[in-house]
Amino acid sequence: MIRAEHITKSFEGRTVLNDISATFEKGKTNLIIGRSGSGKTVFLKSLVGLHPVDSGEIYYGDTCFTRLGFRELKAIRRDMGMIFQGGALLDSSSVEENVKLPLDLFTTQSEHEKMERVNFCLERVNLHGANHLYPSELSGGMVKRVAIARAIVLNPKYLFCDEPNSGLDPMTSVVIDHLIQEITKEYNITTIINTHDMNSVMGIGEKIIYIHEGRKWWEGSSADILTSTNKELNEFVFASELAKAARAKL
Amino acid sequence: MNFLKTLGQYFILMGKVFSRPEKARIYYRRTMFEMEALGFNSIVITAIISFFIGAVITIQMAINLESPFIPPMMIGYTTRETMVLEFASTVTALILAGKVGSSIASEIGTMRITEQIDALEIMGVNSASYLILPKVAASMIFFPLLTVLSIFVGVVGGYIMCMFGGVCAPEDYLTGLYFDFRPYSITYTLLKMVVFAYIITSVSAFYGYNARGNSLEVGRASTKAVVISCIVILLMDLVMTQLMLLR
Repeated sequence: MIRAEHITKSFEGRTVLNDISATFEKGKTNLIIGRSGSGKTVFLKSLVGLHPVDSGEIYYGDTCFTRLGFRELKAIRRDMGMIFQGGALLDSSSVEENVKLPLDLFTTQSEHEKMERVNFCLERVNLHGANHLYPSELSGGMVKRVAIARAIVLNPKYLFCDEPNSGLDPMTSVVIDHLIQEITKEYNITTIINTHDMNSVMGIGEKIIYIHEGRKWWEGSSADILTSTNKELNEFVFASELAKAARAKL
Repeated sequence: MNFLKTLGQYFILMGKVFSRPEKARIYYRRTMFEMEALGFNSIVITAIISFFIGAVITIQMAINLESPFIPPMMIGYTTRETMVLEFASTVTALILAGKVGSSIASEIGTMRITEQIDALEIMGVNSASYLILPKVAASMIFFPLLTVLSIFVGVVGGYIMCMFGGVCAPEDYLTGLYFDFRPYSITYTLLKMVVFAYIITSVSAFYGYNARGNSLEVGRASTKAVVISCIVILLMDLVMTQLMLLR
């Protein structure tokens, strides 16, 4: 479980996150939703320590993450996996090298064991046989799947996804969403997904936090969204005419 | 004030770069890879430039030393001294600052803006050390070899100019090459190149690592890396020459 308490973050005097508190549960797909520029990526990056917070605390289980030193931070990060918006695969390394890198650096496994694990993870994301391709040779969906394979290769306890289906077609988005959800259940990890894709929200959102103008505006499940009376949330979720019409029929 | 801030950031980054590597074997492998990328791939450009500069220096010396009071072997001697003392280290370093420095800054800068560095950090990797240390080590090992190559190819260029250009007798040129040779000059030039190699890679990596925003910023970081590297190289050239030759 991850708990954020009263998180505040500013950039050059501009407050981006304003007193956000939230709890993200283990074994669930927790979603952070909000408009572009609402502060969701900053919040996600603050949770993983890429943006140090100005005030507030973040707890990973009972460990206060915001007070950790350099060494402890490095140690806890080995329990984290993150899927970045653009995949963030190392361009100069092949698919296999990208997925194997954490094993090379942090395990004492033999080459055979490492390769077994790499192939297992690649098969898990349906990329069997793509070992020797380079990121430039992959499609957007494949890049995301390699990023997932790399994120789970060390059996993380926490999985963070920053807009995992941005730039993907709706069908591939659903595949990626379901893959993340399956992995979350299979390994009982705490997954936090940052998205503004409404298909993801309704499809896999077990716990949803809506951020608006740097504040937590709403919290609930995908079922609660349909009956919510929160004006800003409804404006965001039912922005299209199609969504408005669908809601009217409910 | 801004200069001091940048200097402070540079030293903080270097502190991270020189912290204990996660796994020595991985760093060794990366250093070998960087030797090929930064050093081996610079052999041709170094050789071509050195050859022509050696030939041109020989012609210029032949023109300027044309006097009955100056023996012709001085052409070989001055070509050798120019190549050894200044060209093979300083000018080669300036060329490499342009070729290697811009490549390092843009490579690391692109990694920064495409979140590849963030991805390494999330894995628990010391990204500064993982990305920069092998480049620094590889260049400090390989660039002095380029200096040796530059000296050799430069004097060969001069010799060929004597043979086919008729600027002086090849025997006189060779006599000049051997005349009053001080091995200390080689130590001086190699040591200079080791320092320049560190400057090129660390300064370029610093600007790349701190690039923010978009491809435009990466371009700016790359340009800045080359300009600052060149200035620091020239400054260190002056300091090291004062320290090592004016004794």
